[in-house]
Amino acid sequence: MLKFTEEHEWLNVEDGIATVGITTYAVDQLGDLVFVELPEIGASLTKGGNAATVESVKAASDVYCPLDGEITEVNPAIVADPALVNADPMGKGWFFKLKLANAADADGLLDEAAYKELTA
Amino acid sequence: MDETAALKKTPLHALHVALGARMVPFAGYDMPVQYPAGVLKEHLHTRAAAGLFDVSHMGQIVIRAHSGRYEDAALALETLVPVDILALKTGRQRYGVFTDDNGGIIDDLMIANRGDHLFVIVNAACKAADLAHLQKHIGDRCEITLLDRALVALQGPRAQAAIAELWAGLCEMKFMDVRDVGLHDVACLVSRSGYSGEDGFEISIPADKAETVVKWLLEHRDVQPIGLGARDSLRLEAGLCLYGNDIDATTSPVEAGLEWAIQKVRRNGGARAGAFPGAARILTELDHGTSRRRVGLKPEGKAPVRGHARLYADAEGKTEIGEVTSGGFGPSVDGPVAMGYVPAALAAPGTQIFAELRGKFLPVAVAALPFITPTYKR
Repeated sequence: MLKFTEEHEWLNVEDGIATVGITTYAVDQLGDLVFVELPEIGASLTKGGNAATVESVKAASDVYCPLDGEITEVNPAIVADPALVNADPMGKGWFFKLKLANAADADGLLDEAAYKELTA
Repeated sequence: MDETAALKKTPLHALHVALGARMVPFAGYDMPVQYPAGVLKEHLHTRAAAGLFDVSHMGQIVIRAHSGRYEDAALALETLVPVDILALKTGRQRYGVFTDDNGGIIDDLMIANRGDHLFVIVNAACKAADLAHLQKHIGDRCEITLLDRALVALQGPRAQAAIAELWAGLCEMKFMDVRDVGLHDVACLVSRSGYSGEDGFEISIPADKAETVVKWLLEHRDVQPIGLGARDSLRLEAGLCLYGNDIDATTSPVEAGLEWAIQKVRRNGGARAGAFPGAARILTELDHGTSRRRVGLKPEGKAPVRGHARLYADAEGKTEIGEVTSGGFGPSVDGPVAMGYVPAALAAPGTQIFAELRGKFLPVAVAALPFITPTYKR
């Protein structure tokens, strides 16, 4: 199940675990990324809290945690090569996996059609 | 009122939009921060080939003595700027700062000897205040005129080749030379200077011909348009100050490491020592040093440390010692670069200090400026 937030994150939810990244729209707005900082595995995060930081040449931006949950995995490839986020934001450029505190929370997020409308 | 509606436009505004620029408000103007290539690629293109920048928002000012003599205009401006302007040769320019009575910097500027008058270029955000300052202090002796012309910079190793297609004579110009040049039939004023650390040129163009000349330059396969984003990362790597960030009324030219811009004749023992605002402080600092200095800062990790990050002597953040004034990612350095102010005792290159970033204290080495090797044609 693919979901989106108004803060331009995507979530692919399977069995209560969401793989989270930032959208193509977000990447286009940010430009070439030069630095990514990811959360620690095991961290418990709340919806809207800072989960990660991305930096372009000119600015730093926060990536917010889309739902309450616990970080179970992060993607070290984007720390080693932030350009991977620009090249494949919805695939190889994923950020972290979040074990949702309440799997049903994801139902309240935007679906793909609603997100497309938001960024049209 | 709609904020963007109040913004001023340069003569190249329509061209920026046509080229797909992302426009942002800057110093009261609607300016291109980047083009579709993006800041990173624009930066690298400038260092590898040639980048074209619209800097028409900056103030181009003619200072002409009522007497008609260069010497009188030079001596008048010397009362406001701790620079040897009298000895500046015709067709040459140099860097300087306007100081205030406390020895702080109220703007930085380029000053050119145009034979019978001075031509100066000041920062966009300061130009109204600079004009008033000039009018107030030397308006009785000089005519002060703000020119309504476009200004573009062409920077990078291929800049000379690109302009040479329009005027071959420019190959003879050296760094900081200023010449009247006809680019085809357009009367331009060209200086060999810039704000990127690269060889390059700044071209003052009649406003109604600006788009024509810029389109000629953009026809060259090595030339790409570059926005303010890359202009900032280029100048940061080159160790050049941004007024309002690295220098302002709270920093003196000596604290800022700009002693090189104050020639001997204006220092203690010189024939025209002092006699500029804040001279008492600045001359003392030239002789005895300052308690703090602007330095280059090289964060040891990969995380960019940006302006206003606090600096500490220790990894625990107990002893605050200063602040980052400019910082970011340097695409040519391929890592974070910054500058800021630290106590003189900690200003030697190689000194390890710490910068606060998102609650952590990251090791930062004091570094010599610039971060890149400039390619000025001296």
